[in-house]
Amino acid sequence: MTAIDEIRVMAGAIPDPELPALTIADLGILRDVRIDAAGHVDIDITPTYSGCPALETIREDVERRVRGQGYADVTVRVVLSPAWTTEWMSEAGRIKLREYGIAPPRAQGFDLKPLTVAVECPRCDSTRTHEVAHFGSTQCQAVRRCDACGETFPHFKEH
Amino acid sequence: MTLVVAGAAAVYTLRIADDCLVLSHRLAQWSSWAPALEDDVALTNIALDLLGQARAMYARTAELDGTGRSEDDYAFMREEREFVNCQLVEQENGDFARTIVRQLLCSTWQLSQWQALTTSTDAQVAAVAARAVKEAAYHRDHATDWTLRLGDGTDESHRRMETALDTLWPFVDELFESDPVTRDVVTSGVGPDPETLRREWDAYVGHVLADATLTVPESSWKPSGGRRGLHTEPFGYMLAEMQHLHRSFPGVTW
Repeated sequence: MTAIDEIRVMAGAIPDPELPALTIADLGILRDVRIDAAGHVDIDITPTYSGCPALETIREDVERRVRGQGYADVTVRVVLSPAWTTEWMSEAGRIKLREYGIAPPRAQGFDLKPLTVAVECPRCDSTRTHEVAHFGSTQCQAVRRCDACGETFPHFKEH
Repeated sequence: MTLVVAGAAAVYTLRIADDCLVLSHRLAQWSSWAPALEDDVALTNIALDLLGQARAMYARTAELDGTGRSEDDYAFMREEREFVNCQLVEQENGDFARTIVRQLLCSTWQLSQWQALTTSTDAQVAAVAARAVKEAAYHRDHATDWTLRLGDGTDESHRRMETALDTLWPFVDELFESDPVTRDVVTSGVGPDPETLRREWDAYVGHVLADATLTVPESSWKPSGGRRGLHTEPFGYMLAEMQHLHRSFPGVTW
């Protein structure tokens, strides 16, 4: 494994502070890792939402973890472009999110095609669900209710 | 401490940052006071989005004016006359109806503005806009839903919405004003001509108000001056509360 791969795996495995079931690699927050000739490590991360309060914690976690593995010279940068979208979330991330009880964002493609599939209840798989509130416990979630099993559940909004 | 911002692009990004920060602070004042838990969560989530947008635009302003000032310098160390937000965002929350009307008027305009800014020649501004445009769409949806429910609701909710519209409508014109700064950013391709956003705004807001059985007010009074640092009375009180902790305890952290 090259040093870049090693750092990518190590940093990518850091859990998201607000969704600890998922790693920052699952969410697509870890964007790029570079090492220059002098051994300086540059890591790019991207915010999911403009005001995401977890980002600073993530930045510190990444820096600490990579330094702890013997890379003394590390810079973690927050990059805004290209803007994060839920399309950056990995398939593994979507599965973990569902197992955690949160309906994952529906695949939309980077060209943001109109959504045609229903949001499925993460508990009973019913497609008969409706939105209760646009805004939930974090910026990225809405609240829905399942008409089949009656359960209320969070939905990771397509963004 | 006097902060002078040089260059049209820097002034322009500062205006957007101030709009977002001031509206964010107003919405944050609803925390623990909203009529239902869902809306307490919604209003503070919207406030958080706006705060994030403000921070990104303050950071860009600091790069453009070459001073490298911190976000805190802009937010906490400027006097009232140095803020260049429009006057609509600084208006008091009032009752829930007034906050919703302010949200409808502001978020409809902000959504159009962010959409236009996604093609800004300033790559940083375009990147912020690509994120913000999706957030603003949710903000507008939220305000639209509530406008329909309250406008076409009970006699009391309808009356309160009409009162709120009459109170806030005069501040709309300022959103679409042009001046040397906006003309400069149009030339450089950094931002849109504010006047070009008007037609879409009129169409959307007009449509929502009609569906909500509300009447578009007639107004002859057109206050203005926020972009030149002239603000209405409630703003000073808001700033005093917002800035006092940072100024009383310099360098304080959580």
